[in-house]
Amino acid sequence: MTETIRSNGSALRRTKHGFFRTLIRQWQLAAMSVPMLLYVLLFNYAPMWGWVNAFRDYGNRKLVAKGVTPYNGIANFRWLFGREDFYESIRNTLAMSVINLVFGTVSAILLAVLLNEVRRKGFKRTVQTVTYLPHFLSMVIVVAMAQNIFASNGPINALLTGVGLTQTPVFWLGEGEYFWWLVGVINVWKEVGWGTIIYISAMTSIDPALYEAASIDGAGRFQRIIHITLPGIKSTFVILLIMNIGHLMEAGFEIQYLLGNGLTANFSRTIDIFVLEYGIQQADMGVATAAGMFKSVVAIILLVGANFIAKRLGEDTLL
Amino acid sequence: MTNAAYRDRKFHRRHDVVFPIVNTIILVLLMFATLYPVVNTIAYSFNDGTDALKGGISLWPRVWSLKSYTSILQDPAVYQAAWISASKTVIITVLNLFWTSMLAYALARREYVLRTFITTVMVLTMYINAGLIPNYLLISKTLNLKNSYWVYIIPTMFSCFNMIVLRTYIAGLPEALVESARIDGAGDIRTFWQIIFPLCKPVLATVALFVAVGSWNSWFDTHLYCGSKQNLISLQYLLKMKLATTQASANAANASVDALANQSVAKTTPVTIRCAITVISTVPILVVYPFLQRYFVTGMVLGSVKG
Repeated sequence: MTETIRSNGSALRRTKHGFFRTLIRQWQLAAMSVPMLLYVLLFNYAPMWGWVNAFRDYGNRKLVAKGVTPYNGIANFRWLFGREDFYESIRNTLAMSVINLVFGTVSAILLAVLLNEVRRKGFKRTVQTVTYLPHFLSMVIVVAMAQNIFASNGPINALLTGVGLTQTPVFWLGEGEYFWWLVGVINVWKEVGWGTIIYISAMTSIDPALYEAASIDGAGRFQRIIHITLPGIKSTFVILLIMNIGHLMEAGFEIQYLLGNGLTANFSRTIDIFVLEYGIQQADMGVATAAGMFKSVVAIILLVGANFIAKRLGEDTLL
Repeated sequence: MTNAAYRDRKFHRRHDVVFPIVNTIILVLLMFATLYPVVNTIAYSFNDGTDALKGGISLWPRVWSLKSYTSILQDPAVYQAAWISASKTVIITVLNLFWTSMLAYALARREYVLRTFITTVMVLTMYINAGLIPNYLLISKTLNLKNSYWVYIIPTMFSCFNMIVLRTYIAGLPEALVESARIDGAGDIRTFWQIIFPLCKPVLATVALFVAVGSWNSWFDTHLYCGSKQNLISLQYLLKMKLATTQASANAANASVDALANQSVAKTTPVTIRCAITVISTVPILVVYPFLQRYFVTGMVLGSVKG
C-alpha cells in the first residue's frame, strides 16, 4: 500500500517537475530549435492542406475565375486513371528510377572497388577529384553538354561511325526509346564518383588483417575482392538500397524536363512533369494535385514498406 | 614447396602486375570520359561561331575566337543574372549555416526534451513532401512571394540532410566541452556560439559548399516564380533559356549544316554563346571546389549515418 502511494507520489512529482518544467529550464535549447520547427511545419507540412484541392473541380474556367471551386469527390482521380498519358508518366517514372538505381549502384560499387585497389595515393586522389566534379555541375549545364556530346554530328556518333558500328549517325536525342537509357548514362556520368564516397568509407573500415590473412592463405586479388571487400560493404549497400526504395517515385525531374523534347515526350514525361503541365501550364490545380498526391501516397507506402523490411533484416531503420 | 603451389604463387604474382595496369587504364579512361564533355564545352566556347556549326570540335578550338565572350560581356542581362545568382547564394548560405547549426546543436543535446519529436518531424521531410502544386500555392498565393526576390531566400533556408551532417559532427565532440562551459556559467546559446561553433569549421565548410552549390545551380525556382521578371532571372535560368532557343535552331540546323554555314549568318551563333555562358557559370564552382574537397568527403560520410 505504502509502495503504491510512494510510487504514485513520485509519478505525480515527475509530471509536475516533468516535461514543461524541463522545457522551461531548457529555454535556450528551445530558442535555438523551435524557430526552425515552425519553419518546417509551415513550408513542409502546412502545404499538405493543399491536398484538399485534389477533391475540387477546377475544370470550369468561368467558375475558377470567380474563385468558385466546388468539391467533386474523387472525380479528379477517376479522370486521371482514365488517361493514357498518366499511366505513361507512372511507367516512365518507375522505369527511369529503376534504371538510375541499378546503373548508379553497380557503377559506384565497381568504381569504389577499383579505387580501393589503387596503391598510389596521389593517383587515387586525382581520380576522386575528377570524378566528383560533375556532381557539382547544374543539370542545365549537364544537359547542355549532353546535347553537344550526343548531337548527330557529335563525338559519340563520330566514334560509332568511325569504329563502323553504324553507317548513319544515330539520332540519340530525338528517339523516344533511347531516352530512359540516355538519362541513365548521363546520371552515371554525373554521380558515379560521388556515389563511391560512402562505399569507400565503408571499405576503409575493413580490418586490413583480413586481407593479409587471405593473402597468406593464397587468395588472389579477385578472391580477396569477392570474399572480403564486397561482404565488407554489404550492410552499406543494403541500407542505401532500402533508402532508395523509399525514393522510387522520384526519378528526378530536371533532367527529363531539360533533355526531353516533343519527339521524346512519351518517354520523358514523369509524374512531376505531368503535374507541372496540368497544374501550372493548364492551371487545372485539381487534377495536378490529385496526381501529385497519388505520387506522395505511393512514396509513403514504399517508405513504410522499406522501413519494415529493414527492421526484419535487422538493419538500421530509417525512421 | 610443391610445384603446383609454386606455379600458383607465380600466377598470382603475374596477376599482381597485370591488374594494376589494367586498373590504371580503366581509371584513366574514366577520367577522360568525365572531363571530355567539360573540355569540349570550353573548346566550343573559344571557337568561332560559324565554324562551330560544322561540329567536330573535340578538345581544342578549331578557329580561335573570343567573340562569344565579348558579346556576352556586353549583355547587361548577364550581369544582372550573375548578380542575382551570386547575392542569393551568399544570403542563403549564411542563413542556412546560422539556423541549421543552431538547430543541430540543440538536437545533439541528449537532455533536450523536444529532441526526439523535432528530429522525427525533420527527418520525415526528407521522404515526404506535399508536392509541387500545394507548395506552389503556398508560396505564390498564401505568402505572395511570386515575382519577388525573397522567393529565392525564404523557402530554402533549411535542409534536413545538412542538419544531420552537423548534428552527427557535434554529437561526436567531447561532452566535457559543454559541461565545463556550463560549470563556468554559460548557457546553451553562449556555449554553442563560443565553444562549439568554432570547432565545427570543417563541417560548416562542407555544408556551406552543399548549400551554395545548390543555390547557385538552381533554375526551377526562377522558372516557376520569376520567369517573367527580367531583373530577377538567375544565371542558370538564363542559360536554360539559351538552351531552349539553341535546341530549336539546332533541329533546323541539322538539316542543312553546310547551307547554314555558307550563309555566314551572325558571327556568333547560340552554340558557342551557350558554351561560353556554361563556362562562365561553372567557373565559380571550379574555383571553390578543390579547396573544399577534403571537407566534403567527411561531410558525406557523416550525413549517411542514420538520421
